[in-house]
Amino acid sequence: MKFINYLEKVSGVDIFGLASLIIFFLFFLVMLTWVFKTKKKSYREISRIPLDN
Amino acid sequence: MQVEKFYYDNKIVKAFGIATIVFGIVGMLAGLWAAIQIYYPAISLNLAPTTFGRLRPLHTNAIIFAFVGNSIFTGVYYSLQRLCKARMFSDKLSWIHFWGWQTIIAAAAITLLMGYTTSKEYAELEWPIDIAITIVWVIFGINMFGTILKRREKHLYVAIWFYIATWVTVAMLHIVNSIAIPVSFMKSYSWYAGVQDALVQWWYGHNAVAFFLTTPILGLMYYFLPKAANRPVYSYRLSIIHFWALIFIYIWAGPHHLLYSALPDWAQSLGVVFSIMLIAPSWGGMLNGLFTLRGAWDKVREDPVLKFMVVAITCYGMSTFEGPMLSLKSINAISHFTDLTIAHVHIGGLGWNGFLAFAILYYMVPKMWGTTLYSKKLATNHFWLGTIGIILYAVPLYWAGFEQASMWKQFTPEGQIKYDFLQTVTNLIPMYISRSIGGTLYLVGALMMVYNLYKTVKKGIFIPNEAAEAAPLVKEVSHKKEYWHRVIERKPVTMLILSLILVSIGGLVQMIPTFLVKSNIPTIASVKPYTPLELQGRDIYVREGCYTCHSQMIRPFRDEVARYGEYSKAGEFVYDHPFQWGSKRTGPDLAREGAPKLKRPDSWHYNHMYDPRSMSPGSLMPQYVWLFDNKLDTGSTPAKIRAMRTLGVPYPKGYDKIANRDLMHQADSIAANLKKEKIESPSDVEIIALIAYLQRLGRDITNEPKPLAENK
Repeated sequence: MKFINYLEKVSGVDIFGLASLIIFFLFFLVMLTWVFKTKKKSYREISRIPLDN
Repeated sequence: MQVEKFYYDNKIVKAFGIATIVFGIVGMLAGLWAAIQIYYPAISLNLAPTTFGRLRPLHTNAIIFAFVGNSIFTGVYYSLQRLCKARMFSDKLSWIHFWGWQTIIAAAAITLLMGYTTSKEYAELEWPIDIAITIVWVIFGINMFGTILKRREKHLYVAIWFYIATWVTVAMLHIVNSIAIPVSFMKSYSWYAGVQDALVQWWYGHNAVAFFLTTPILGLMYYFLPKAANRPVYSYRLSIIHFWALIFIYIWAGPHHLLYSALPDWAQSLGVVFSIMLIAPSWGGMLNGLFTLRGAWDKVREDPVLKFMVVAITCYGMSTFEGPMLSLKSINAISHFTDLTIAHVHIGGLGWNGFLAFAILYYMVPKMWGTTLYSKKLATNHFWLGTIGIILYAVPLYWAGFEQASMWKQFTPEGQIKYDFLQTVTNLIPMYISRSIGGTLYLVGALMMVYNLYKTVKKGIFIPNEAAEAAPLVKEVSHKKEYWHRVIERKPVTMLILSLILVSIGGLVQMIPTFLVKSNIPTIASVKPYTPLELQGRDIYVREGCYTCHSQMIRPFRDEVARYGEYSKAGEFVYDHPFQWGSKRTGPDLAREGAPKLKRPDSWHYNHMYDPRSMSPGSLMPQYVWLFDNKLDTGSTPAKIRAMRTLGVPYPKGYDKIANRDLMHQADSIAANLKKEKIESPSDVEIIALIAYLQRLGRDITNEPKPLAENK
């Protein structure tokens, strides 16, 4: 049996485009919030980890 | 708090380091040998195992998985222990990982040269080895996560994020792309066919570059560069953006390997858009690396480790700029199937991967032997030799790519194709020679490193267990004043799952529609399954690695249609397990080799395979003399037919039992054809099957009935 047969019953393929856009947008929104809400001091500490040993 | 005393395991780092050097040299030698064959085919020695089609996969696999792979493990085992302030989770697992990986490499080297290959680039290894890779990879994962979990450092430094993402994504790519149905102990057919197989393969191929040759090396960069420069990374914030944006975007870009092919258009466009976006995180990472050296550039003048790193990071920047450019359709029309791509990947391979591996070896060896480098001067000479080698390698091939593509596309004023295919290749011989000189210089540089490191080792004393001290991690009760992201940062398992989700999204969005919607692969009624003899011939074509020089994909360009015939349609490949589109044309496209426009007599193929220069003077193709003596293995026919039936190829029920009768009938008729042209050949040798396959290529679509509109 071809692989295609296992999945072809799934409908609503159109949603893929829209879903990708939303996922993409949200992803960057969350990441940037994360990055800019973290304090500079903690970055300074973490970035010294390789130098401590 | 009481500090704990513990020891870093340097022995495993040493073992992986030696393996890196040994397989680096082997991989480069195989590459050099293959490179010389392109302009001097006789150096193949007319032996099956040393012919280009088998040597090239050996070279790519040796460099990617043996040289770069071992260099990754060397660097990871060294840096992970120190970043976690803990010894590796289990020494036993470390050694199982080490010997498992080296056994896989040995098995790969032997089987690839013997012709056991799936023909899927950088995933050529057959199914038993694929399973072994999965097991060893899981062992590496357990050992890595075990170490992370017992760490004495609260935060996971960004290098570890890159290691985690590498581990999880490579696991996913390897499993999805390797799904195949075994036919016998060392033979399998890809589960996917044609367009789907191509999409999965290049989703894998592209992301093997991303997650085997890029992300782990970036992790190493984020550890070893600050160490060598003795200063923290320029912007830790940027490194976080670099990480998440890179792993998220990279996974979508695979289809840029299939532009102008029979892949659905929307998937091609998706690949292009994401490739362009990739410039941002890639250059963010490069600049983060280079800016780390701000105010310390004087050290670069002194320290060979930093010299190698600067060129490595610059090459990373260069190839990650080139990559997106090559994925623009107009530039891809030039680069695809030509040496432009080869030049591009070697900027990455020689510059980024090679130089970073050299840098970390020059850094770690003196440290682990408690001494200083034997000769800085020799290392600096290695640096210059390598750098000049890269330039002599890449620049002529850039030139060759442009030149060949423009020669393909030229027409005479009468509208005829101006250059014969062969002319467009022989014209490049000077460039090919220069490339092999560049490669030789690079190899000589590497040998100088071997000597330098050997002398360094001799003057120091190896420290198998390096003592260290750190306070144990205490469980924190409250994270009240912290943001949620700080929590994630400390949780490796959450990180693993998040990375997996991220990289899955891109893959799923590309692949599911192609599998779901039948209209993506319009079926063509006249396309029929291969006959048993053709199927056997196709397997010989795969075994000899013909795809390393010949494409089977005619792009919709005027010159390609004029040269080879009607452009390729998705529906033509529905029975191709695996697909054979190829990625480089050192020889012409073969998609319509058997169609009336290009069709040649059986005797032409017979003579051409025996000595290509007898039929096309000046040809650079190797001789395939062994095909004339090897008996065709008809014993495998029933199993092959059954496997194909399982995959959905519509052979009639019970056909496996009578397939060999049809096979012999067709073989006899080819032998009879040859006899008419005064060639005496038994009908049960491999060349007969290969001729049957070549004569079948592209023929089906010409049997398609003309639409009524045209008859009016």
